[in-house]
Amino acid sequence: MKKAWKIIASAAVTVGLLTGCGGGSGTAASGDTIKIGVNYELSGDVATYGQANVEGIEMATEEINNAGGIKGKKIELVKYDNKSTASEATTLATKLMTQDKVIAQIGPATSGAFKATIPVADKSKVPVVTGSATADDVTVDAQGKVQQYAFRTCFSDSYQGTAMAKYAREKKNAQSAVILTDNSSDYSKGLTASFEKTFTEAGGKVVSKQSYNKGDTDFNAILTAIRGQQFDMIYLPGYYSEAGLIIKQARAQGITQPIVGADGFDSPKLAELAGKDALTNVFFSNHYSSLSTDPAVQKFITDFKAKYNKEPDAFNALGYDTLKFVANGLQGGATTGADLEKALAATKDFQGVTGTISVDANHNAVKSVTVIEMRNGVQAAAEKFDA
Amino acid sequence: MEQLIQQLINGLALGSIYALIALGYTMIYGIIQLINFAHGDIFMVGAFVGYAGMTTLRLNFFASLALAIITCLLLGVLIERVAYKPLRKQTRLAVLITAIGMSFLLEYTMMYFVGPDPRAYPALPDFMRATIKITDNIVITGAQILILAVSITLMIALQLIVRYTRIGKAMRAVSQDPDAARLQGINVDTTISFTFAIGSALAGAAGVLVGVYYNSINPLMGILPGLKAFVAAVLGGIGIIPGALLGGFLIGGVETLVAGYGFSSWKDAVVFAILILILILKPSGLLGKNVKEKV
Repeated sequence: MKKAWKIIASAAVTVGLLTGCGGGSGTAASGDTIKIGVNYELSGDVATYGQANVEGIEMATEEINNAGGIKGKKIELVKYDNKSTASEATTLATKLMTQDKVIAQIGPATSGAFKATIPVADKSKVPVVTGSATADDVTVDAQGKVQQYAFRTCFSDSYQGTAMAKYAREKKNAQSAVILTDNSSDYSKGLTASFEKTFTEAGGKVVSKQSYNKGDTDFNAILTAIRGQQFDMIYLPGYYSEAGLIIKQARAQGITQPIVGADGFDSPKLAELAGKDALTNVFFSNHYSSLSTDPAVQKFITDFKAKYNKEPDAFNALGYDTLKFVANGLQGGATTGADLEKALAATKDFQGVTGTISVDANHNAVKSVTVIEMRNGVQAAAEKFDA
Repeated sequence: MEQLIQQLINGLALGSIYALIALGYTMIYGIIQLINFAHGDIFMVGAFVGYAGMTTLRLNFFASLALAIITCLLLGVLIERVAYKPLRKQTRLAVLITAIGMSFLLEYTMMYFVGPDPRAYPALPDFMRATIKITDNIVITGAQILILAVSITLMIALQLIVRYTRIGKAMRAVSQDPDAARLQGINVDTTISFTFAIGSALAGAAGVLVGVYYNSINPLMGILPGLKAFVAAVLGGIGIIPGALLGGFLIGGVETLVAGYGFSSWKDAVVFAILILILILKPSGLLGKNVKEKV
């Protein structure tokens, strides 16, 4: 780990030296502190995502500052609430970058709001980093060109589909699958496409595809339609509110095959809706699991409990990693947003609690997924899987 | 073939829920020519009262069902007295708009108290989790049998009340001609209240059954089933009690078959297409000729 840091640091310093003279637009890191903008959903529809991210960010900041800061400078967070709207997020991004002169912005949590801040970042040459915007088109624009100043520390939606298809083929030896898609969600459709492509290419067969809509409660019809068929597993890339009911109704109909999902399953509501007995032989991909035996993760969990008096969830961990990821970039001595962008783009093997992160050419995080197994309504096992 | 039979069983369970809600729509329409758009939300309140009965008050299933029925019965009467009765001499449009307002009031009052997230119904008693295997591919669940049994019992009770009691006779009289009924000494207000009471009680029962069957309730759960039950009532012939039953089962069956044969995303569209077709082809509904049955 130390070695990796040294390489990144030296790379960043080199880049900094080469380009240092050309910059001069930012005075962000001058003075006694390094200002980092925090632009999150602290109220509104998806406030829980934003609040959880910020808890992780604040904890990481405290750790770094208690350990002496970055090259002697403490991190100062400039925190604003974007009220879960994209327009407010854009306004705040402008404010952070022009008035507060931050060196980087962390957030927003959701893909739509995050994308809205990217044009501002481009104009101000300040990197924006998110821990939880997973839509596929976040870091590349419509023409497929990479967004220079946008980064994320989470994997993209389609990556989860690819990873779970490989997991099913390689680890579970599934020959055939049924896919149940939430037709009203881009998230679900994207996962379906990437899963189907990878699963078929790896020699698997998709025997049936069924769809449902957000808010449906009766899935007996589509489950009856698949029950008579031969298949090894069900891929169900949906959110917990419908997935819980589908799992319950499937088990009630006597469908016992493994049900595999994605991070939309990650809610205590899943077990409530499905019922403890039904929620067995269910697997899903996620960013993080508290069951990990990695000492860094266990330390994170202990520290988090000490600070907030509750178990950390995936968003807490992603927020924590995102701040540490930016701090890692700053270790190279970047003083402007443009310098920091180059340091972040060069990140390799950064050790976070949600996995080992490298940044690829499209500014996506290359990292392992965590596959969580549910047994009798509780998380029973977790393993990391590299696609 | 087996799959078709299984789908029909699924459709029957769903259809009986639509039928229970549709009965309330059709009775209220029959007596004051009002499409009570708050009816779907009374169904939602029933689901939440049943939930409270089973969790907070720790009652068993049947006691919770009774509690939900009684609460909805009183709520239905209260809504009629407060919101609709003062407007009885106004245009029908005024009452209709009031009904829509009442619907939103119920939805968002409930959301204020319980939040928008779906809630899981408490675990079912064992007898309802049992399944009966007829063949390998035809399975009837205990919950499905329960839904059918409760629905049919309530429908028979309703039929008996309407046919053989004094108040039932009064309901039929008021639905035919309120003024003539009043001249005969029938208390029209009481009769209308009674109709709201029965219709709302059935919706409350349907709410608990849906909670038990699907295990998920939320404050906006009444909107879509309410609209579909309305379609069922129109399909059977609005104002006609057997029509609501027929319409409910037909809509439940059609929806299940459409979803089961690969058109899941279209199932709601098909239901509302049926509404448009029936309004064009036979606006009085499938059983529409039998005007004397109006209640």
